[in-house]
Order: sequence, then C-alpha cells, then structure tokens
Amino acid sequence: MSNKNKITAKQVSVFYGSKQALFDVDLNIAEKEVTALIGPSGCGKSTFIRCLNRMNDVIDICKVEGNIEIDGQDIYDNSVDVVQLREKVGMVFQKPNPFPKSIYENISYGPNIHGIAKDKTHMDEIVETSLKRAALWDEVKDRLDQPGTGLSGGQQQRLCIARAISINPEVILMDEPCSALDPIATAKIESLIDELKSLYTIAIVTHSMAQAARVSQHTGFFHLGKLIEFDSTEKIFKNPEDKMTQDYITGRFG
Amino acid sequence: MIREQRMKKRYAAEKRFQFLGVVSIGISIFFVCLLLFKVFSTGSTAFFKTTIQTEVDFDKKLLELEDIKNPTLKQIKEAEFFDVTYKAATSLYPYKNDEEEKSVKLLLGGNYEYEIKSYLLKNPKMLGKKVIIELTASDDLDQLHKGNFPRNIPEDRRRLNNFQLNVYDNLVEQGKIGSSISDYFLFSGDSRDPEIAGVAGAVIGSFFSIIICLIISFPIALMAAVYLEEFAPKNVITDIIEININNLAAVPSIVFGLLGLGMLLGVFGMPRSTALVGGMTLSLMTLPTIIIACRASLKAVPPSIREGALAIGASKVQTVCHHVVPLAMPGTLSGTIIGLAQALGETAPLLLIGMVAFVVDVPSVPTDPSTSLPVQIYLWSESAERGFVEKTSATIMLLIGFLVIMNSLAVWARQKFERKW
Ligand SMILES: Nc1ncnc2c1ncn2[C@@H]1O[C@H](COP(=O)(O)OP(=O)(O)OP(=O)(O)O)[C@@H](O)[C@H]1O
Ligand SMILES: [Mg+2]
Repeated sequence: MSNKNKITAKQVSVFYGSKQALFDVDLNIAEKEVTALIGPSGCGKSTFIRCLNRMNDVIDICKVEGNIEIDGQDIYDNSVDVVQLREKVGMVFQKPNPFPKSIYENISYGPNIHGIAKDKTHMDEIVETSLKRAALWDEVKDRLDQPGTGLSGGQQQRLCIARAISINPEVILMDEPCSALDPIATAKIESLIDELKSLYTIAIVTHSMAQAARVSQHTGFFHLGKLIEFDSTEKIFKNPEDKMTQDYITGRFG
Repeated sequence: MIREQRMKKRYAAEKRFQFLGVVSIGISIFFVCLLLFKVFSTGSTAFFKTTIQTEVDFDKKLLELEDIKNPTLKQIKEAEFFDVTYKAATSLYPYKNDEEEKSVKLLLGGNYEYEIKSYLLKNPKMLGKKVIIELTASDDLDQLHKGNFPRNIPEDRRRLNNFQLNVYDNLVEQGKIGSSISDYFLFSGDSRDPEIAGVAGAVIGSFFSIIICLIISFPIALMAAVYLEEFAPKNVITDIIEININNLAAVPSIVFGLLGLGMLLGVFGMPRSTALVGGMTLSLMTLPTIIIACRASLKAVPPSIREGALAIGASKVQTVCHHVVPLAMPGTLSGTIIGLAQALGETAPLLLIGMVAFVVDVPSVPTDPSTSLPVQIYLWSESAERGFVEKTSATIMLLIGFLVIMNSLAVWARQKFERKW
C-alpha cells in the first residue's frame, strides 16, 4: 500500500562539536505521504529534519555522517548544490518567520530568485495559487501589499507554508508548525497538510500525539538521539513493538 | 517594632539613593547649561556687525570716468576708486594732522574700499551722485560699540585713542553708528581682520571632509562588517581581527593624524592642508567605530529571517543582500552618522596634516587648502584680537548646532526605518 520512498536515510549520525545528537538513524520517507516524527524534547527530531535540506550547514560546529538520498541522489555529495536542493526541499519552521515585507513579496521572493515566473501576470498567478493552497487567500486577498508580519500567528504560519510551496518543491519539511497556534489555526493547518500530501512529500515534527495520529501515515519515535521505532502510524498508535513508544504515546513516559 | 525599624531604614535608604541620583543629574545639567550660556552669551554678538553711515561721493572726476558718457559696468569696475574711498573715509570727522587722519580711517573695517566699490557696481545709477552707505566698522569700534572695551583705562592701554573715542561719540550723537546682521561671518573665509573674518571656509572644509570620510568609510565598514558577521569562519584569525578592530576604535585620534601625515602626505604625496586628505584621515578614525556599529546591527537581525530565506533556496549572498543588510540599515545608518559626528568634532588629526593653515579663500573643491570648524575654533581662540573671542564662541555654536542636527538625524534614521519582526 505504501508509495515508493522519496527519501532514504541510512546510518545518519550528527555531532554538535564533540556532542553526538543523533545515533545511526535509518529512516525512509515515502513519496506523497505524511511522515511524523515524535519524541521527547531534545531527542533530535529537529536535528534530523534539518539534515534533509542541509539546514545544518549553517551551524559551524555541526557535522553530519551517514548517507541521505533523495530520489537516489546523495544530498551530501560534493556535486550537490545546496541552493538547488533547498529549491526541491522546502521547510516550515516552528516559529513563523515571514519576511518583514509585504504579503505579496513574501510569496514572490522564492519564484523571483529562482526565475520561475515568466512575467508579472504569471507571478500574480503563483502568488494566488500558493496562498489558495495554504488556505490563506480569502483572508489576505485584499491586503497583499500589507506587511506579512502584521498577520496573526496562525496566518503567518500559513503564509510561511505558502512561501514554501510557491517554488513548487517536491518535499516539505515542517518543524512543529503548530506549536505556537491555537486549536482553530491548528485545525486549519492540519487539514491543509491533508490536502497538500497529494502534491508533496511531507515530513512533520510534532509534540502532539493526536496530531501525528490525525495527519500522518508513518510515524517515527525518537529518544535520546536514537530512532526507537518506525512504522505505519496505525501500527505505532495501536500496538507499538517497543515498550518506550507505548509509554510515550500513552503519556506515561517519564 | 524591629520590622518597622527595618522598613524605616529601607525607606530612608531609598530616599537617599534617589536624592543622589537627582543631584548627579542636576550637576550635569548645570554644567551643560553653564557651557551653553557662556558660549551663547559671548558668541551671539558675532552674528552682528557695527556699521558707520558714511557719505560717499561717486564723482565721475574722482573715478577718472569724466571722459566717458555712459560707462559700462566693466569700465566702472576698472575705474580708479582710490580718491572716492579716501574722501569717504576721511569725511567722517574733521582732522587736524596726519596722525588724526590715520586714526579716522582706521575706524572703518578692513574691507571698506571693496564695500564702496561693490555698492556702485550693484547700483550703477548712483554714478555721479552722493550717497550714504552703511560701511562695516573696524573691529575695535565694533567691540567698543558692543560694550566689550572699557573706556576708563589709560589711553596707552586702549586700542582706541582719545581722538577716536571722540569721533565715535560724535558719530553716535549724529546717529550714524548702526548695527546689522553680519554677512561676513557666515559667508566669507578667514581674515586677519576679525570684522570681516568668516567661517564659510571652515564650514565648506568640514563639509568636504565629512563627505569624503563618508564615501570612504561607509562602504568599507559595511563590507567588512558583513563579511565578518555573515561569511567569515569563526577561528583564531577572525578573533584576532575582531580584537584589533575593537582596539583600533580606542586609539587616540592624533595617532591617525600621524598615520595620515606619514602615509598620505609622506608616501603618496597628496596635497597638504586639503579636505581630501583630512577626510581620508578622519575615515581611518571612524572606520572601526562604524564597523562595530554595523556588526551590532547585523547581529540584531533575528537568525530566523536568515533561515527563512535560506530554506527557500536563497544563496548566502542573496540572503544577506535581500534581507539581512536592509533590515540592519537603521542601525547601520545611525552608527555611521554618529561616527561622522565624531569626525566632525575632531581636531587633532587635522592639525597634523596641516589643515591648520591660514586660508582666506573659501575652498570650492576638496583639493583646495582649507580648515575645518573645530580647527577654526582652535585658530581663533589663539588670536589676540578681541573680535575673535566672540567669533570663537559663535563657531562653537555652529559646531554644536551641526552636531545636534546630525545626532537627531541618527535618532530619526533609527526610528524611521526601524521595522518590527
Ligand atoms: N546548534 C546547536 N548546538 C549545539 N547543540 C545543539 C544545537 N542544536 C541542537 N543541539 C543539541 O542536539 C540535541 C537535539 O536537539 P534537537 O533540537 O534536534 O531536539 P528536538 O527533538 O527538536 O527537541 P524539541 O522537541 O525541544 O524541539 C539536543 O541535546 C540539543 O542540545
Ligand atoms: Mg525541535
């Protein structure tokens, strides 16, 4: 039933200086499905997800070992251009971080630097479809020239999602996209993820078991830098193999 | 009981503390007010000059133009004005001997001949007529009129002799002594005669220096700050560079003057006393200050903005140019303006590269010899003439004015371009 794997990670270890944050993680992310990563704080979920678009390159002391392939291409290979990689693998952060520019410019920035839009009308089209896909169009269509930072937290997060999909990536990484949001905004983003998965491969980090259960098809449980268990979401939540997973998802972890 | 005592003690301590704070603020405000009062009370009169109403006879014969029917402006310009000006100056008061004649003439300012000539050039219709012109009085008479010279000391210790005082009193009686806004102070260059000396040369010199300083130091400082903050790997070399920049900002300015003297004048043989070299020397001094300000404002840009840009595939350079630098602009600009304000008030390095020369002509290009405002203050404060005392204070007023404007500009830049994220 599962689609083919979009991303395969083998024996991934990550070090911050001398401190090892991830230990030999093997994890596959299936194409056009949602994979959730759960685990207690500090277990390395963000570290892992940031390996997938090489966001860790920004941190000087961070060193990644192992093998990560997207569509069979090793993304840490010397021949790979990070800019092209990130064009293909978009990311939405835990804290909404729209640019302090207009809503329109927030979306048009990506297509602009990658030369995606042919002309102004095409750009307008891209902005509109991106905002529509992020379920934000109706709320902002009359004020596209106003600053993106003036939106509410939930709207800002959807703006960031729209920004990520404006360049038509193949994969979207989401690091706790709902952690700063109220239940209504969260529900909107969850239904959004559900719709987006027909177009994009999605990996999402979350602290909410319910959210993982609702939106994902596969779930990985991390603990202290190790991937403890990885299986279909149904399996993880109904009868996990590992005792620790069981304890964590039922809230008896401690 | 003990609790109450403790409470009382605490209140008393708090009161004492606040009192000390208020006293400190009071003392600083007192000194600022004292300074401003001193400067303004001595300086404000420099904007005014004393004038003497003098009858001038633009007689064609005196001008040696009697053979020409309708002389052109050019002919008037080339006419012989000596007799006209001589007659005008000596007509102020009847004198008996050569010495008295000289005394009378000395009551007029050093530029009166030119004033008479330019009056006629502006009003050529007055040719052949007698007119009353308000001529600038000499510095001594000016100071006497402004009340800065005591009259009741022995004659040999006065700059004006008894005869001149007599003439002055007589002129006052006739209502011929007046006072008007001095065009010389703001619009002419330096002079040995205080009554016609002005700050225009120094203002333009300062302006050129600051502009050159800006042109050199802003781009270099911004590039250096951006590279250090955004691109440079964090290692021993960058640490050493960082420490050195901070040290450089603390180096006394006269050292930069020596560097300018040795390098710019000595090695590269650039022209002495010019705003060009002055600006370059000042930029050496302001560079570290601006680099530090730029780095601080780059650091203040939240990393989430950088990550946001990188995550949609912006390159490092694009991230910096499109997002980080524009967001850091308010801090960068205000830091730059503050650095320039510092440079504007700087004297020592300019003395070393020779901007302390006596320059009469107002510079028109940065490669002309010139002084700057603080150097002009220094120069005039050294002069013996009483008239330069008020000029010194007035120049300080101007300098303080410019500094206040620049600092307000810095605050304005910070607020205007400040963005929230
Ligand atoms: N920039 C960094 N420098 C040094 N250590 C880091 C850095 N980022 C993360 N770590 C360490 O790596 C480990 C994993 O961190 P990570 O952010 O991946 O956890 P997480 O699972 O995302 O936690 P949370 O749920 O709280 O976001 C932690 O022990 C953390 O201290
Ligand atoms: Mg995290």
